Amino acid sequence: MAKGIFVFAEVKDGKVKKVTYELLCAARKAANALGEEVCAIMAGKGVSGLAAALGEYGADKVFVAESDALEKFTTDAFTNVIGSILQEQQPSAFLLGFSIRGRDLAAQLAQRLGTGAASDCINVEVENGQLVFTRPIYAGKAVIKVSIPEARPAIATIRPNVLPIDAPAAGKTAEVVAVSANVGDVRQVIKDIVLQVSSRPELTEADVIVSGGRGMKGPENFPILEALADVVGAAVGASRAAVDAGWVPQSIQVGQTGKTVSPTLYIACGISGAIQHLAGMGSSKCIVAVNKDPEANIFKVADFGIVGDLFNVVPILTAEFKKILA
Amino acid sequence: MKILVLLKQTFDTEAKISIEGGKISRSGVSMIINAYDEFAVEEALKIKESLGGEVTVVSTGDDGVQDALRQALAMGADKAVLINPGTDDVDEFTAATVLAKAVSGMEYDLILAGWRAVDDGSAQVAGRVAEILGIPIAKLASKIDVEAGKATATCEIEGGTEVIELPLPAIITAQKGLNEPRYPSMKGIMQAKKKPMDKKGLGDLGLDAGAVAAKVKVLSVSLPAARAAGKVFDGEPADTSAAVVKALREEAKVI
Repeated sequence: MAKGIFVFAEVKDGKVKKVTYELLCAARKAANALGEEVCAIMAGKGVSGLAAALGEYGADKVFVAESDALEKFTTDAFTNVIGSILQEQQPSAFLLGFSIRGRDLAAQLAQRLGTGAASDCINVEVENGQLVFTRPIYAGKAVIKVSIPEARPAIATIRPNVLPIDAPAAGKTAEVVAVSANVGDVRQVIKDIVLQVSSRPELTEADVIVSGGRGMKGPENFPILEALADVVGAAVGASRAAVDAGWVPQSIQVGQTGKTVSPTLYIACGISGAIQHLAGMGSSKCIVAVNKDPEANIFKVADFGIVGDLFNVVPILTAEFKKILA
Repeated sequence: MKILVLLKQTFDTEAKISIEGGKISRSGVSMIINAYDEFAVEEALKIKESLGGEVTVVSTGDDGVQDALRQALAMGADKAVLINPGTDDVDEFTAATVLAKAVSGMEYDLILAGWRAVDDGSAQVAGRVAEILGIPIAKLASKIDVEAGKATATCEIEGGTEVIELPLPAIITAQKGLNEPRYPSMKGIMQAKKKPMDKKGLGDLGLDAGAVAAKVKVLSVSLPAARAAGKVFDGEPADTSAAVVKALREEAKVI
């Protein structure tokens, strides 16, 4: 019988990604309610040393597939390796982050295992002895609760930054189980990787995001936002208007045709608040808006709004943050 | 080069969502081609223009989906295939099973699709289709080059991009930035009316309701609680900025 709530332990640049801890804590609560164990699956090159410490966040066991062939992420290699582990272990559920890699694997694995997958969930709970997943649809304009009543494992991807991380149990280690890493036939050949050099956090995982829109007036003004981002340790985002105008790259667009973000604090500067933008940042815990138009839509969702010209307000805001964070 | 495009018809992104009888209401909503799928259609047309060949758009849904397929035909696609699953109880498994079965009976070198649909946002169907067909996939492409026997895609990864080479046939999903979809011309719209639209049911594909039964069950549908408007400060930047930073620390406790 299917048993155990499994979690994809995502590792990037030699570190366990934060969303992994979010998944483990959610899995731990669900597993306690269901009387099951929590296991993580970690795959990569040079990752073994990271495994035992996942115990602090609730993992009982970590299956580690270590191989030079897993140094670069490819859909085929990771699907083959993780698929074998899931086929052998027969867990009742498998949770991944709705990250680029997590959702890539979720789709492939769900089909390979002939099961259902709930994408981009913002909550996991146990109701009547089964996992129930809450997920926004229509870009957050509606919310559905779903279950996967029969097929196993129930697969779900969870939106990063939404579920809480519980205080780690210091010193508790997980049992580490080394498994074979047969990557099989890998058809994706990575010819080149180009990383943008940035000291700022990843947009989808950032605690604070400073975002600019049409009101920024041009690319030459984005350093105003970057200065604020540097003070508060934020990622920089943008609305579609700023991206379509060619001021900033598409990779930082927040909204329905961009990234979905859930930071603790979202500071929207010169963004009017089109419904498609609100869709991408509506699950932010606290929203601050700076806009000179007092009628702007963004003020309808902002916890705190400042009516004013961002070119005057943002530098002063930056100075105020600097004072209080000093 | 035979190119297939998996296309989903979705609500206009401006649509206001309401619930009727426990389901999302479709009344009064204008339907469009999923934005990411439109990039896929455009890319297929560009590849056809440079290498020659044929573009077929494939979708699943009821007769209403013909509108989206006709639009793709008006943009320049050659043929459309629509499979009616005969049920509304459709999940990603259902859609992928139907699409893959339809595709498996066709000739193709390359399959393109949007990386996700803007309605359910699942980002699963293309990956599932690749799994069923046993062909390689690259996701989130912002650039695609095709030559004999292989495709090269520049794909988004966290913190940057990577260039992935795939043997054909393969499936590649489109990210924003891949291209600018064209508008159908009047001539294109007229021609689209005469292009073939192949409509099939599950039985025509050798499938039955059991083979495509959804694995994910919807328990409830609701509208999210509206975010309450907060405090708006109007005045001198020095005063408003100080007030907001203070509020973030003392009231919201987020810094």
